[in-house]
Amino acid sequence: MADAPVAFVTGASRGIGRAVSEGLARAGLAVAVGYRSDPEGAEETAQKIVSGDGRAFAQAIDVADETSVGEAFAHIERELGPVGVLVNNAGYTKDGLAVRYPVETWDTTIDTNLKGAFLCSRRALPAMLKSRWGRLVNVASAAALRGNAGQTAYSASKAGLVGFTKSLAREVGVRGITVNVVCPGFVETRLTETTPEEIKERYVEMTPAGRFGMPEEIAAVIVFLAGASASYVNGAVIPIDGGLTA
Amino acid sequence: MGMDKPELQDKVCSILAEQLAVDRDKVTPDARFSEDLDADSLDLVEAVLALEEEFGVSIPEDEMESVKTVGQAVDLVAEKVGASA
Repeated sequence: MADAPVAFVTGASRGIGRAVSEGLARAGLAVAVGYRSDPEGAEETAQKIVSGDGRAFAQAIDVADETSVGEAFAHIERELGPVGVLVNNAGYTKDGLAVRYPVETWDTTIDTNLKGAFLCSRRALPAMLKSRWGRLVNVASAAALRGNAGQTAYSASKAGLVGFTKSLAREVGVRGITVNVVCPGFVETRLTETTPEEIKERYVEMTPAGRFGMPEEIAAVIVFLAGASASYVNGAVIPIDGGLTA
Repeated sequence: MGMDKPELQDKVCSILAEQLAVDRDKVTPDARFSEDLDADSLDLVEAVLALEEEFGVSIPEDEMESVKTVGQAVDLVAEKVGASA
């Protein structure tokens, strides 16, 4: 691609999404900062990028809603052009044992984490196929690879992302589009804010690095995958977890 | 003002030839996508996307399943566009 591609990062109000947006902007991409329930956070992310001489704006999107996805992409296409880099990062989690897990919460988890990635990827692909270039990066979790009590829904949705990634990679690889999935370990962000202290301590003990990850450390890998130098990485499952799942 | 069938057929065939990277004269109404034009499922998806864009129509996935020849594709596009015979 001659010009820098346009990136769309879902769930980018803060945390990993924000760090990814900033990283992509530093790499020269224009970034649509996706948000559903935190417009202020998304605006802040966009402003940080703009004040660093980058191009970004906040984009409302409910990834689980096909109409919302369509509208979001249409708006980005009008403002910046077709999306060449899509980071499916929007995530939802609510812990609870399966035996009493509310069905509605199961649905929300699967819809946000898995169906959302499908809907956004599906909407982004025609333009990528046409230009014979694209980068799809799905943000799963170490929970996709290892079970955690209380996370059957979350693990299922994230493991689902792994399967989705591999199959999609086989579909579109021939068109210069790569599809990869990263599996972050424990990162201190709003998503993990409510995790009880004793669970956090247990994670640190289980992690060879002996600490949590920083959003920037996750973002660095995603920015690499979104770039030209990762052109032969396809269908890959990449843990970024300090050795947690080693 | 709608276009007539022969004009539509010509346009569809041109797009298909371009999308499938084959000579225009190979794209005859009887030509089968898979056997004659060497099109795989991804080629067909892209061809459909191009036709949808060009004619401003929507071609649902399940209606594509029965389309095996160029002629059937032309008929389907014509139906969506509402072109006169």
